[in-house]
Amino acid sequence: MTVIVSQLFTGVSIGAVLLLIALGLALTFGQMGVINMAHGEFIMAGAYTVYVLQDVVTGAGWSLLVALPLAFLVAGLMGVLLEVLLIRRLYARPLDTLLVTWGVSLILQQLARDIFGAPNVQTRAPEVLTGNVRITDDLVLSNNRLFILALAGLAVVALTVALRFTSLGRRIRAVVQNRDLAAVSGIPTGRVDRVTFFIGSGLAGVAGVALTLLGPIGPTMGTNVIIDAFLVVVAGGIGHLKGSVIVAFALGTLQSLVEYSTTVSVAKVAVFVAIVAFLQWRPQGLFTLRTRSLA
Amino acid sequence: MLNLSGRWKAALLPVAALLVLSACGSRTGENEVTTGAVADTSGDTVKVGLLNSLSGTMAISEVTVRDAVRLAVEEINAAGGVLGKKIEPISEDGASDWPTFAEKAEKLIREDKVAAVFGCWTSASRKAVKPVFEENKALLFYPVQYEGLEQSPYIFYTGATTNQQIVPGLDYLKSQGKTSVYLVGSDYVFPRTANKIIKAYAAANGITVLGEDYAPLGSTEFGTIVNKVKASKASAVFNTLNGDSNVAFFKEYKSAGLTAAAMPVVSVSIAEEEVKSIGTQYLDGQLTAWNYYQTTPGAANEKFVKAYKAKYGQDKPTSDPMEAAYVSVYLWKAMVEKAGSFEVEKVKAAADGVTFEAPEGLVTVDGATQHIHKTARIGKVGSDGLITEVWNSGQPIKPDPYLKGYPWATGLA
Repeated sequence: MTVIVSQLFTGVSIGAVLLLIALGLALTFGQMGVINMAHGEFIMAGAYTVYVLQDVVTGAGWSLLVALPLAFLVAGLMGVLLEVLLIRRLYARPLDTLLVTWGVSLILQQLARDIFGAPNVQTRAPEVLTGNVRITDDLVLSNNRLFILALAGLAVVALTVALRFTSLGRRIRAVVQNRDLAAVSGIPTGRVDRVTFFIGSGLAGVAGVALTLLGPIGPTMGTNVIIDAFLVVVAGGIGHLKGSVIVAFALGTLQSLVEYSTTVSVAKVAVFVAIVAFLQWRPQGLFTLRTRSLA
Repeated sequence: MLNLSGRWKAALLPVAALLVLSACGSRTGENEVTTGAVADTSGDTVKVGLLNSLSGTMAISEVTVRDAVRLAVEEINAAGGVLGKKIEPISEDGASDWPTFAEKAEKLIREDKVAAVFGCWTSASRKAVKPVFEENKALLFYPVQYEGLEQSPYIFYTGATTNQQIVPGLDYLKSQGKTSVYLVGSDYVFPRTANKIIKAYAAANGITVLGEDYAPLGSTEFGTIVNKVKASKASAVFNTLNGDSNVAFFKEYKSAGLTAAAMPVVSVSIAEEEVKSIGTQYLDGQLTAWNYYQTTPGAANEKFVKAYKAKYGQDKPTSDPMEAAYVSVYLWKAMVEKAGSFEVEKVKAAADGVTFEAPEGLVTVDGATQHIHKTARIGKVGSDGLITEVWNSGQPIKPDPYLKGYPWATGLA
């Protein structure tokens, strides 16, 4: 029993990590239809923000809290730069976008290597986040995973509210649903694109901050997670945050439960099989053609 | 997950073609005559090859080994060289790609006519160059601890074999009264072979193996594995994970409430350099099994650490594989001088019994196995990021790559 509960907790927290890394992508890929292979490097930029900041702001707790908005800003601005310089020139050319952003991702990785060195760097987590909540002797919930769960929840709520109830959100949805009509209604579609890309990339930065609590911080950390992020968004369906949320938690739980009784590799296979089977059943989970660039 | 349309396939075709071409390219030299290559020692210098990954995923580790070899070469040249000749190192990049290693080895031996090659890190790269050295009857010095069960007549192994690292690690756990272990490793040849040996040892020594888990190389999600380790209530963990996985594993380990005091982890792939990138916060008090630490006492090590830091930077730690690489150059020099010749067969014949006062202590070449006698050392990671010794084997252990001297190991090879 304890085992099942603790595995469910692990599963949910894996889901939260998946959700965090996929949330920004759900916006840029899901809403705008831009295949951005450099999304993983925005995550990396967020993680390195923590690393740089800890030298400036002493006290691991504060530096992590300051890092969250700062990483959002750093990754967001990188996203805007990418959008303005390259992606906007390639709308409706998904294959070119994919190749170009992949190239950008390689350049950013090398840049990180040149600036921070090829080996992984270490960040100090606040002492409270390396501890845990003890429910029984066998059932402990680690604080860093609880923190990530809360962060993911907060990000989803904030994004939903922003999309649904603000005028900016209305504009984003209008552009996604019918770009031409939005344009003739006086919505500056170019600017809306930029803002959307800023938010989506910024969320990647926040995910990067969260990942420093769990794994290595190095030039290749983005490539490690980018595939998972795409899987979540693709299986979740285009234009629906809800889909990504459900898929992220379902995959996380599936992975952890299968892994407990078998091995990591078998669990990974199970996840892929589940996604393939799911897409056979609901191919519209793949690309619904409401977006312009994949039409 | 993506629907491959015609455009997609068109884009992928050149990539596939390139892959096929590069695969063909790496097979050069296959048809050449297999006679021994002769080292060119006619001039005032003698060439040696340095074969390491200077790019790609292994570069982080292998560059430090190359640097250590360079340091030894410089020191030897400053002291007059070998048999009156200065050593001229020729560095080649294996690029973390095993066929490239074989190609570059061939180049060093046949074109540059080097007297010996120092290098390789992963077992995969060593296995790739092994036939090249055997066909050409040339010498390779391999400086990294490995999974044993190998003995090429043209390779000298200056890192530990299993009975000088893993077996002493287990001896230490047993002496500490640990009665059960959990095995965690990366999914490739070294951890799987190591765990086979550990299970045989455990069966013969009353230690229960409570579980065994492998994560793919590069895997960074350890929630479930740590849950399993915790639920097993093992008294210790034996860790053969490699690379990035260690970072994720130890972060998870600490946040699950597991400590070095209650359930210590013995690692065989975490040296000073790795401690730096994982974070001392997560490793404090955990155990490692090696033959050398930066803190190992002795004048030889003080000199080595000082020289290394002076040349490459005060913040650069020295580690076991670096030390083994540094030692290998001096051992080769001693063998050559004993033989009075650079000729491979004469050097090999002179190898047995050659000694060197190494940073890790006195090492002696065992001519029969071409491994070296090394002292095993168990270390504890301190909060300053350095590893300090808590136990050593007292004297150098005779290398036994096939574990012939251990009754419990029969049937493993």
